[in-house]
Amino acid sequence: MRSGVIAQKLGMSRVFTDTGEHVPVTVLKLGDCQVIAHRTSEKNGYTALQLGIGRAKVKNVSKAERGRFAVAKVEPKLKLAEFRVPDDGLIPVGAEITADHFVVGQFVDVTGTSIGKGFAGGIKRWGFGGLRATHGVSISHRSIGSTGQRQDPGKTFKNRKMPGHLGSERVTTLNLRVVQTDVERGLILVEGAVPGAAGGWIYVRDAIKKALPKDAPMPGKFRLPTASETAAAETPAPATQG
Amino acid sequence: MDIIAEIEAEHAKKLLGTRKVPVFGPGDTVVVNVKVKEGERTRVQAYEGVCIARDGGGLNESFTVRKISYGEGVERVFPIYSPMIDSIKIVRRGKVRRAKLYYLRDRRGKSARIAEKAETAEAKATRVAAKASAKAAKAQAKASEAAPAAE
Repeated sequence: MRSGVIAQKLGMSRVFTDTGEHVPVTVLKLGDCQVIAHRTSEKNGYTALQLGIGRAKVKNVSKAERGRFAVAKVEPKLKLAEFRVPDDGLIPVGAEITADHFVVGQFVDVTGTSIGKGFAGGIKRWGFGGLRATHGVSISHRSIGSTGQRQDPGKTFKNRKMPGHLGSERVTTLNLRVVQTDVERGLILVEGAVPGAAGGWIYVRDAIKKALPKDAPMPGKFRLPTASETAAAETPAPATQG
Repeated sequence: MDIIAEIEAEHAKKLLGTRKVPVFGPGDTVVVNVKVKEGERTRVQAYEGVCIARDGGGLNESFTVRKISYGEGVERVFPIYSPMIDSIKIVRRGKVRRAKLYYLRDRRGKSARIAEKAETAEAKATRVAAKASAKAAKAQAKASEAAPAAE
């Protein structure tokens, strides 16, 4: 399995196909998604890539974290994540994964943090039917109704669906089609909705329940930093140490 | 400009290609030439009626065209940038005082008529521009007149 990427959700838009159909799409921005470190089976017991995205202010990054970025010779990142890869699937540290890592038409799974809904009742949270509008029902039209039986068992079972906090949890949506990729601007357009608010961080990986197209780049599509870029990244590093 | 607006503008431009969207609004009678697919081949079908609303903005903009077909009111909503639209032509400019002419749904015959506008939007634009430039020229003349007087 190839590495996934971290992206930022920008919002939704639409794309018209040549046949006149319209496709609702979510725009994901890859930006400067770079490899920060490797996790190897010898050292860590598993193989994975650590990726980072976004630009963190140096003053907001702890000294220990700054050290990790300095080792990788990359700018401090806002968001880090690890993606498990096979032993031969490692991408060099410092490489920037580009949008054409994903092939147009392939399916991806996206993971995000859903929008928080606060304390929600049973109707919104679990799809309960509520009580009747008339026939003697008063005040409790949207209540959850009964939560148990009689003296036996005499208790409400655990995991009973009840009102409570809804949203702001990790949600994975499977099998979204990649409609378009834009390498220059680092954009991926996937069909349909993606969990979370605009501006949230999203993990995108190849769909686990659909076959990967044969022309997908292995171990991934990336751009190695040019010499001038590494020099630029190195120069602020000593300044941060002071 | 944020990235979504940017890509939407680009997409809209690409969709239109050489097609031009005329300036029209609610009350105008338009002919929308729609591409219709019949099996393998496509042909163009004209749909003529009164534009009763324009909705949305940018790439999501659409308009509603209402006509009476065999005594039955028919409304169709077209996205402005739909690739299925071959062309849009304006037949007649209507004089209306609403942005949404939903009241036409309750009317039939004589009361559902719309008076014709005497002046088109472009004609008005040129007239307003001419007026503004004339005003500016007059102000300038006045200023140059006042300057020697002050001396």
